[in-house]
Order: sequence, then structure tokens, then C-alpha cells
Amino acid sequence: MNGQTPESLSCPLPLPQDEQITMIHGGGGTAMHRLIERVFKSQFDNDLLRQDHDAAVFAVDGTRFAFTTDSFVIQPLVFPGGDIGSLAVYGTVNDLAMAGARPLYLSAGFIVEAGLPTQVLSDIVASMQRAAEASNIQIVTGDTKVVEHGHGDGVFINTAGIGVIEHGRVIAPRSIQPGDAVLVSGDLGRHGIAVMAVREGLEFETTLTSDCAPLAAPVLALLRENVAIRCLRDLTRGGLTSAVNEIAAASGRAVHLRESAIPVRDDVRGACELLGLDPLAVANEGRFVAIVDHSDADRALDTLRGHAVDTTPAVIGEVLDSSPARVTIESRIGSVRILDMPSGEQLPRIC
Amino acid sequence: MKYIDEYRDASNARRIADEIRRVTTGPHAIMEVCGGQTHAIVKFGIDELLPPAIELIHGPGCPVCVTPVELIDKAIAIARQPDAVFCSFGDMLRVPGSRDDLFRAKASGADVRIVYSPLDALNLAKNNPGKQVVFFAVGFETTAPANALAVFQAHQSNIENFSILCSHVLVPPAMEAILSSPDCRVNGFLAAGHVCTIMGYTEYEPLAKKYNVPIVVTGFEPLDILHGVLLCVRQLEEGRAEVENQYARSVSREGNRHAQRLIETVYQIAPRGWRGIGTIARSGLALRPPFDRYDAERRFDVSEIVAHESEDCISGLVLRGVKKPRECPAFGTRCTPDHPLGAPMVSGEGACAAYYRYKQSEPAVLAGPCA
Repeated sequence: MNGQTPESLSCPLPLPQDEQITMIHGGGGTAMHRLIERVFKSQFDNDLLRQDHDAAVFAVDGTRFAFTTDSFVIQPLVFPGGDIGSLAVYGTVNDLAMAGARPLYLSAGFIVEAGLPTQVLSDIVASMQRAAEASNIQIVTGDTKVVEHGHGDGVFINTAGIGVIEHGRVIAPRSIQPGDAVLVSGDLGRHGIAVMAVREGLEFETTLTSDCAPLAAPVLALLRENVAIRCLRDLTRGGLTSAVNEIAAASGRAVHLRESAIPVRDDVRGACELLGLDPLAVANEGRFVAIVDHSDADRALDTLRGHAVDTTPAVIGEVLDSSPARVTIESRIGSVRILDMPSGEQLPRIC
Repeated sequence: MKYIDEYRDASNARRIADEIRRVTTGPHAIMEVCGGQTHAIVKFGIDELLPPAIELIHGPGCPVCVTPVELIDKAIAIARQPDAVFCSFGDMLRVPGSRDDLFRAKASGADVRIVYSPLDALNLAKNNPGKQVVFFAVGFETTAPANALAVFQAHQSNIENFSILCSHVLVPPAMEAILSSPDCRVNGFLAAGHVCTIMGYTEYEPLAKKYNVPIVVTGFEPLDILHGVLLCVRQLEEGRAEVENQYARSVSREGNRHAQRLIETVYQIAPRGWRGIGTIARSGLALRPPFDRYDAERRFDVSEIVAHESEDCISGLVLRGVKKPRECPAFGTRCTPDHPLGAPMVSGEGACAAYYRYKQSEPAVLAGPCA
């Protein structure tokens, strides 16, 4: 070997952290959480924000409400199994559902890029109305701004929603107990792979459609069946990996998963193998993780199975009576490793 | 899933692990050359199934990790040129250069795009005649044929607005560099299956003989790796030093002749800098005439760029198998996948990132959720 001696082998100085926003900060991983902690939560600090939940839960005159907001920036605007309009409705409805709330009303804010064909916008709005009807909510207020051509990505949509909590459970990370069962409501990764396939022009042997769907109905069904739900979280950016790590961190509990029990369709697994992506960290838009009392796990699965025809709910792990608050996973060959929070946007590997 | 699940079967994994334990007297230090194998080892916890007498050492086979910092700096400088479109596989975007990475260049306005094939970049050039499209041609013998094909097609079609930033490295010279180093601890190799699919394994035979070291061509699934370890341990226990092919479903002794001809047509052997290691003679590929007109370093005049490297990271020692990632004082504290000091922490295939993801003793500090 020529050149440097071992003692002088080195790499560059670290880059200044978070000096500017990059796409990694939107990927649902540790970079995004760091940004939220340092920029937003440090300024907006209050009791409701500190709930670390998908929605803020508060009471007015003895009635509990959930309130949440979400913004949607996606290319392409229309993808197999959905579009930005239905996504904008379901995303916020699902955040309300994860607080155990029955969604009531939504707002819709549009930032439209000049040059977008009016028909495209009209189709998106029609899709939103259909999604609202499917979710049994109304879109009751809104706003529209237009930005110059080249200053947007067709259309960005913000939705905010309010729902009512009609039960006495405290559905939150702090409610989970050792021994609780960890469930997913269906197979993972379809949304992320379907969108990537269209965006990047990838052609797979099967046509994948997004899992994009409203989640309020299955959650309300679980509540009607009196399933002892401790915590819920919908699986969006960062996928299952991010959601379970968030729950572990917020609850202070360790969670153990079994890889062989986690439902991932073969076509999604195949696409992930090809691209070097982890299906457990790929985005979903119609799936959630539920932590329930272990004695209610089978009843929860039966309820979820009865509620949608294209989902395969499964018990994938349990809450441990141990510390520290981390997530471990038993691999397919039987060994155990840490399932760490993803860093940010997953990047296709070189080979 | 066919061709995957049968190589991840838990009972077969236990059976091979039991056999490894039965035949091992050790100690043996076995290096898996390829970063993909490192990733699989830690992801599936393969090392946990091995007896303590077997130490797996992680080799220099991560193409992202070994790309020299000068080339990252050149990539960023090219990406910032007006009318340039810089195309790369995704995992190169986070690798730190002297002061920046491609993600940050993109955030400040450079046209950096993730592609899945060099032919995607070539098509981009065809469809954007007003732009200069550059592809970051990184990788070992595995990616060299596809990149060569893109250059060859550009040459045939006389596409003038396409070029590659060539950073190809070759495995056998790196293995020889490791074996000839005075601090070498390796006494057996798992050779990289994908590389051998292209190149065959005849070039490993002189290495096995000269250094008296068994070399087992090995695939990437858990059972492949366990089987490769078993074959390697059997040789070590029996005092043999041969090249064996565990990955026969993909690799032949001669390799893929068509791909080799393509490489020989477009490239010539050249000295190459390895990040964290230094320059190794005859360890890289450079474009040969007349294809060298597609060399982005010539087209964009970035030869004056001088890289700046710190003394903070022991990645060279990790890449050569002299140190384990956790032996680095910065591991998991000052150096994490979010805040990498060195390339092995950046790439998903890097030894440090693999250890951080799957084998750290404490979890990362997590913030709260987002709606």
C-alpha cells in the first residue's frame, strides 16, 4: 500500500450540523425530529405540545377534542391508489383517529403554482370531497394562495382537523404497559414503493397501489369492541421503524418485534431488495400500529380483519418489562438486533 | 419470496452455525470484503451465531466509503456549474467532502439528481441537449460494466453533453494491500460474490497461493455468508489455502466475459486513491482513449481542487480491518449516521453505520413524534 501511513489515515472534518435545511430534514427520521425539537418545540413549548402525540388532546366544558394539522407535498400529484387530495384528507383524519377521536371537521389550505391547469386542481378537490365523504367528515373552511411559476410543485395542500373523543381511554405512549401486544393494521410499504415507482419511472412486474386509506373507522370499531387500546400511531414517513421508535422514546418502554411476523407483500419486499431500501422504514398512508392489552390482541385482529378486505393485520411484537427505551427485532434467522430510528430520507443504495 | 426466503431460513442457519462450531478450534480472523456482506452480517446478527474463536473483520468493500474526498469535492464543484445536471446513486449524496456534501449542494440550488442506472443519466443528456449531464461512476467491478455501457453508447451515438466522474476501484489490489500490510490480522477471506459474478475468480488464485490464505467467493444472504464462513473455517482447520466458490448459483470461474470485454474496451487500469487508505497502485479504472473525452474531470477543469481532511476519524484502520468501529473514540458519540465524521458511517454498507444501526449498546437519543 502506497501513500499515507496508518496513523495519518483520516476523513474530513464533520460538516456543521443543520446549518441549512436539506431534504433529509423532511424524511421522518432523526434529522426531522432534531429539527422539530430545536426549532419548533423549543419556541412553542406548552403542555399540549409536550404530549408528543399525533394530535393535541384537550377538553372544553368536559368534552375532549383532538386537533391536528398536516401539509402535503408529493410528486406525482396523482399516483396508483390515490392522489394529493385524498392523501391530504386521509392524513389529517388519520392523525385524529390515532388520538382515538371521531373526526368532525377539516380545513383545507391550497398553495397553487401559476400554470397549473385548473382541471387538475378541480380533480384534486373532487377527490378531497370523495375522501371526506368516505371519512364521514366535512371540509368547512379553507384558503387559497397562488405563487409564481417555478416557486411551487403544482399544488401544496395543508389540512387541519378537529375531532371529538367519545370514550374514557387515554390513548397515548405513556399508557403502554409491559406485556402489551404490538399490532400493525396491514401490510407495510406499499405507499412509498408505489409513489417511488411512478416518480422514478421504475417498472416492476406487478402494479403496486398505495395503501392510502382513512383509518378512523377501524379505530372506532376497536373502541366499540372495547379493545383496551393503549397507544396508536399511523405509519407515515419513516414507516414502522420510526413510529415504534417514537412510541418507545415517548413512553420510556422497550419494544421487541419479530421480523417474520411483520406483513410485507412479496412485490414490496422485492422492490425494496432491488433498491436497497428497508420496507420497515418505507412510508405508508393507510396503516397504523396499535399497542393493546395482550389479552385483547386476538379480538383486535378479528375486528381489524372484518373491517377492510385488503389488509392483513398481525401481532408483530410486545412491550418489554426492561430498559432502556429502545426497539429490538428478532431477525428471520433468529438473532436479535436493534431497530434504530432511520436517519432521514431512505436513499437507494449503489449496489 | 423465491430466491430470498430459502437463504434466510432460521433452521438451516442454525444447522450451519452448529457445524461451524463443531469444526472450529480457531482462533480465526476472517474478512468479508464487501460492504453488502458487512451489512447482512450485522442486520441478521450472523456474528452472534458464530463461536467466539471466529472473528469477522469488515473489509474495504464499500464503494461509497472508499471514494476519495477529492472526488466528492470535484462532484460538488461540477454540480454547482451553471447548466450542469449531476446524477448519482442515492447513497453518495450524504458523503461529506471537505466542506460540503451533495445534499447540501442540492439544497443551495445545484441540480443534483438521484438515478438508478447510468443509462438514466444518459437518457437525461439525450433529452436535455442544453445541459451538461454528469454521472458519478462509483463502485467496484460490479458497477463498472453498466457505467462502461453508458459511455460506450454515448460514444456510439456521439452524445456530447454526457460525461462521467470516474471513481472505479478494483478488489484484488485492495486485498493484496491488506495482506501485505505489516499489521494484517486476516487469515481468511470471504470474497465479494457480485464482483466475482462479473470478474470470475481466477485473479484470486495467485493471492491465495502467495499469501497462503483461503478465499471463499461468497454471496450476500445470511445462509450464503454462514456457508462461506464454514468453507473458510474448514480450510483453515485443514491447513488448506484455496479459492472456493460458495456462490456457484451466480459465479463461474471465468465470470461474465461480455461484461469484462466492455470494461476492457472503455477503461484502463490506473492508480486510485482510496478514502482513508491512500493511493493503491493499479487499483482503479480510468477511461481510455477515445472514451476519455467523456471524462468529467477533463471537461470541467476541476484538477486544481485540493481536499481537506482532518485527523479525527480512524476510518482507514476500520476499512483495513485493523480496528473495529467501536474502537473509535468518536463512535456513536461525535460520529453517528446523522453526523458522520467518516465515510464508513455515511453509507448503509459502511462498517461503522452497520455497527451503529444494529449493534450499538445504547439507543440513539430520540425526540418526540411529528404529526
